[in-house]
Amino acid sequence: MQDKAPRTGPSMRLILLCVVPVLVVLMALPRFVDIYQTQLLTYGLVFAIAALGFNLLLGYTGLLSFGHSAYFGLGAYSAAFMVRYLGVGSMELFILGGIIITGLVTAVFGYICVRHTRIFFSILALALSQVLWTLAYKFFWVTGGTDGLRVPFGSLTLLGGLVDFKGGGGYQIFIIYYYYYVLLLFSVATVLMWVIVHSPFGKALQAIRDNETRAQFLGIQIRRYRWLAFLISGSFTGLAGILWVPLNGLVTPDILYWPFSGEIVFMTVLGGFRSFTGPIVGAVVFNYLKTYAVASTEYWQMLLGIVLVMLVMVLPTGIVGTVARFYGKLTRRP
Amino acid sequence: MDILVIQILNSIFYACILFLIAAGLSLIYGVMRIVNLAHGSLYAFGAYVTAWTIGTFAAGAPIWVLFLLLPTGAVAVAALGALIEPTLLRPLYNRPEEYQLLITFALLLILEDAMHFLFGGVPLTAGAVIDSMGTMPVMSLRYPVYNLLVIFIGVAAAIFLWAFIYRTKFGVILRATSQNMKMASALGLDVKRVYVQAFALGCFMAGLGGAVVVPAQAAVLGMGIEALILAFIVVVIGGLGSLEGALIGALIVSIVRTAGIQFFPEIELAVLYLIAAVVLLVRPTGLFGRA
Repeated sequence: MQDKAPRTGPSMRLILLCVVPVLVVLMALPRFVDIYQTQLLTYGLVFAIAALGFNLLLGYTGLLSFGHSAYFGLGAYSAAFMVRYLGVGSMELFILGGIIITGLVTAVFGYICVRHTRIFFSILALALSQVLWTLAYKFFWVTGGTDGLRVPFGSLTLLGGLVDFKGGGGYQIFIIYYYYYVLLLFSVATVLMWVIVHSPFGKALQAIRDNETRAQFLGIQIRRYRWLAFLISGSFTGLAGILWVPLNGLVTPDILYWPFSGEIVFMTVLGGFRSFTGPIVGAVVFNYLKTYAVASTEYWQMLLGIVLVMLVMVLPTGIVGTVARFYGKLTRRP
Repeated sequence: MDILVIQILNSIFYACILFLIAAGLSLIYGVMRIVNLAHGSLYAFGAYVTAWTIGTFAAGAPIWVLFLLLPTGAVAVAALGALIEPTLLRPLYNRPEEYQLLITFALLLILEDAMHFLFGGVPLTAGAVIDSMGTMPVMSLRYPVYNLLVIFIGVAAAIFLWAFIYRTKFGVILRATSQNMKMASALGLDVKRVYVQAFALGCFMAGLGGAVVVPAQAAVLGMGIEALILAFIVVVIGGLGSLEGALIGALIVSIVRTAGIQFFPEIELAVLYLIAAVVLLVRPTGLFGRA
């Protein structure tokens, strides 16, 4: 099996040529922009991890989950519980514990959801995510109810205790360190996802997406593959939830409520779910869009709604898809 | 015993509202294969319009005026639906269903803020209606007459809808389009018109649900998002696209909810979602759904 598969994606050199400058800019950015912009970008990168995970299902497996708030929220609440009930402050332990918990729940939910496809899959994912929402909402003596649980950044340590924030500097220092921490994990997550979607497993998912019957004919166990995709997808989104908590300082049931799932879908479609980088671009742009919409008008939901309508009507391939199309037109010219 | 009777009446009242919402959702899915995420918001919109018209035009008016104004919410929502279908939904019928789901999510965002903009952030009530009708004795307790009227409206709507779909020419056209859109079109039916009518009818049901609930419960922001989830549970249990399913599903959901609030308030909603998940596992198309 040594024969070369036909090249479909861009070459390695081109990828490096694009990735390295972006990474350099991202690394240098906190030096040039104020702390608020750094914080915004950190949020954007966290959501990018969530959308990246989500898109493994939508873009690569062809399953639209309207319940990914569940896994984001699970990650967030796991970290908050560890602070509240175990007195843990190490970010690495949050990630470890949070991913295990998210993974376990995702495995169960996924097992149920992948028995269906299309619209039923979406509704089932939504219904299951709302089980968690009502639990977080109703069991207020455990979860804090609508008041939520606080995760103060002062009690946090990064990199196994190497960095803590008990000294001076306060929030600003925290944001700078945390930005690099998130950037690191974001890079790891992106590379990991890249490897996954370009592995035989990822190709099998795409085969299922494009033609289920044919994929089954080739001997792909469709339901198991979908379940694995669901598991990976949920875990990525869970990781995003874990990273989001210290940044936000507070976790409330809102993060489990289904409109937040809609926001994750929105981000992914905004960037373009047919491309690998789409969800990343979409998440960062969406975060800016929402922040400025909320800051500039009371009716920010309407603004986002109108943007979404335009997107679906005029730019269904999203930002990345549209840019790629224009780029393709430009380079094809003799 | 008396409490039990009251609770049963309450759950039937609640089932009627849920049926109105879920039947519209189911009808739209059955004919157009669109799951309308904005359906709950349309229900809320109906509630707001009715509360607003009664509050603005009928302060202290006689009871028959109140009754005339009650359906304004339903009519307004139906008109809105007739506007939405050709502008937002029609361009997307040939696209993957993900886009249809997204456009209705966008509609939800827009509608939620439109209500905020039009009616303000304060809850609106139409309590005048319920007050003007008074209460009647039920065993040793008293029960609002209005709630019984809502039950009557719910039952009448179910019968009317059933007769409409299974006993009229329009119903035949609707069912034909639902079974095979291309064939119906080839036989000379104006499918575009059927779609507008079906969507407006579905919206009318949602608006009617909102209109009749608002004398008993205030219209508040976010009520639609909550209602949508309950309507989802109803159609998942009953079967998406089935009228009988919406009826049975609404009864199951409201009885479980009433019992839940009484006996297990913490997990009342979680139990509903779990019932829905179990039904989907055992009977993927719901209790009354067709494959």
